Amino acid sequence: MANNFLRRVDLIFDQDCNFKDVLKSTYQRSNDDIINELLESGLKGRGGAGFPTALKWKFTSEQADVEKYIVCNADEGEPGTFKDREILFKVPLKVFGGMAICAKVINAKEGFLYLRGEYRFLLPELEKQLAQFQSILDELKIDFHIKIIMGSGAYICGEESALFESMEGGRGEPRNKPPYPTVSGFRKKPTVINNVETLVYSFMIFRYGAHKFKELGTADSRGSKVFSVSGDTPKPGIYELELGMTVEQFVEEFGDGDTKAVQVGGASGFCVPRKRFKDTIIGFEGVPTGGSMMLFNSSRSMYNVLHNYLEFFEEESCGQCTPCRVGCQQLKLGIEAVKRGERHATYLEQLQKLAQTMKITAKCGLGQSVANSFFSIVENFKEEMIY
Amino acid sequence: MTETKELVKRLADKHGRSRESLIPILQGVVQEERFISSETMTEIARELDISAATVYGTATFYSFLDTQPRGKYVIRVCKTISCSMKGKHLIMQELEDLLKIKVGETTPNKKFSLLETNCLGWCHKGPAMLVNDEAYTELTPEKVREIINEYMNK
Ligand SMILES: Cc1cc2nc3c(=O)[nH]c(=O)nc-3n(C[C@H](O)[C@H](O)[C@H](O)COP(=O)(O)O)c2cc1C
Ligand code: SF4
Repeated sequence: MANNFLRRVDLIFDQDCNFKDVLKSTYQRSNDDIINELLESGLKGRGGAGFPTALKWKFTSEQADVEKYIVCNADEGEPGTFKDREILFKVPLKVFGGMAICAKVINAKEGFLYLRGEYRFLLPELEKQLAQFQSILDELKIDFHIKIIMGSGAYICGEESALFESMEGGRGEPRNKPPYPTVSGFRKKPTVINNVETLVYSFMIFRYGAHKFKELGTADSRGSKVFSVSGDTPKPGIYELELGMTVEQFVEEFGDGDTKAVQVGGASGFCVPRKRFKDTIIGFEGVPTGGSMMLFNSSRSMYNVLHNYLEFFEEESCGQCTPCRVGCQQLKLGIEAVKRGERHATYLEQLQKLAQTMKITAKCGLGQSVANSFFSIVENFKEEMIY
Repeated sequence: MTETKELVKRLADKHGRSRESLIPILQGVVQEERFISSETMTEIARELDISAATVYGTATFYSFLDTQPRGKYVIRVCKTISCSMKGKHLIMQELEDLLKIKVGETTPNKKFSLLETNCLGWCHKGPAMLVNDEAYTELTPEKVREIINEYMNK
């Protein structure tokens, strides 16, 4: 590989991991010991927000409630993300294993995997793997059960509190925070909710030890991560890469020679234009991502890209709070009006103010993050918005 | 017992009668009948002893819980940017020509409904679509013709 920084890693999909041994040896350790190892690894949540996984587990373990839950978030709805599907297809046991380790730490007897409706075709195989998992737990005399819950086509249900609402049989409308799930989650009980990938990495950290994970990445973004690469690239697909690379390094490897922008983190993420490739790091210190990496070459209209994202938000907004419900719609209508020439180009500034207001006043991450793509696309590709 | 009553009872026996059983039951109805009628919602409300408004509120929130009549095979074409960039409009055109309906419509023989949907998670293999639960990727107009032909003969 010409690019000497971009390191391909193979932690997650490694096939000769002895599942039972890892689980058994981890279950022999004390909870403090487990939390410390996870803390030492520096693992942060892979679902977007990047909260340290060890702390999430620790806070939940400290709650006095008898009933607690571990929930695996497999709602994967962010445009351009498809790595959780691949993980669940290839290494489901490790996902369940991560849940089982968390269950020991927080003392949960029940776990749930919330699978998006679009992935229902995975269900028969997952159920089979789950049965195998339960029989291994029986052998090890571990009292923990996982149930798979199906979603029904709503992006907002990936937001943790909306996901709990959905599991409880309601509309997927996010709750006010605090309280956070570590205190009040599913059935209002303390709950750890982790992304699929976070749970696999947790499991692998107990296979390899924290040091192996910590060796990779940077101070702010430890380890490796699974990226979903799509758009104008000769090699779309799923890649596990060490964290800490710049967008330039990424484009060198995956671009088609004519990349003008990379959207990092999907519709709710940031658009990085060519002039910023060099100094933008992919990770928590630069542009964070749940794994979605979309490349656009110079033949693409960034107006179309933004319009597509806004249409997505308008449809997927749960409609609960006004800034988001009305804001998403007005942003879309606004850029349409500018494009048609019905509004002067300065109207874009007013729209930016609206996006900024949404960032401050919307109830959940959906409405708050619309400004990310809106600002980064409008500011960097203004001409394309107007002409 | 009417058919609806029987179906709801069977699903409630399987998934339980608590509030948490509501979505699995609604999903079960969609799997069997492709949509949830207002009659069915009322029946579910009765069976679970919750208000019909609650059932309606939940059912109408989710895009896969159809509350309008749909065909036996519901086609959902991904309309997210990555699939658009790979020629989604050609796929849609082909489907509309083959089925002689527009997006959002159902064929008169109630066999197919044609819908659009947000990211299906196949961006690296676009364009993509679902036919009921089955995913089809890297579509071309020719491939679409073959797939639809197969379903037409089912
Ligand atoms: C609108 C919205 C959608 C989200 N969708 C997902 C998702 O599909 N999968 C996911 O793991 N996290 C998603 N999240 C983040 C979750 O709320 C939560 O932070 C995450 O599951 C925590 O897991 P982690 O700590 O392992 O990252 C979403 C957040 C928002 C605001
Ligand atoms: S920000 Fe949007 S998605 Fe979130 S609660 Fe408000 S309306 Fe719902």
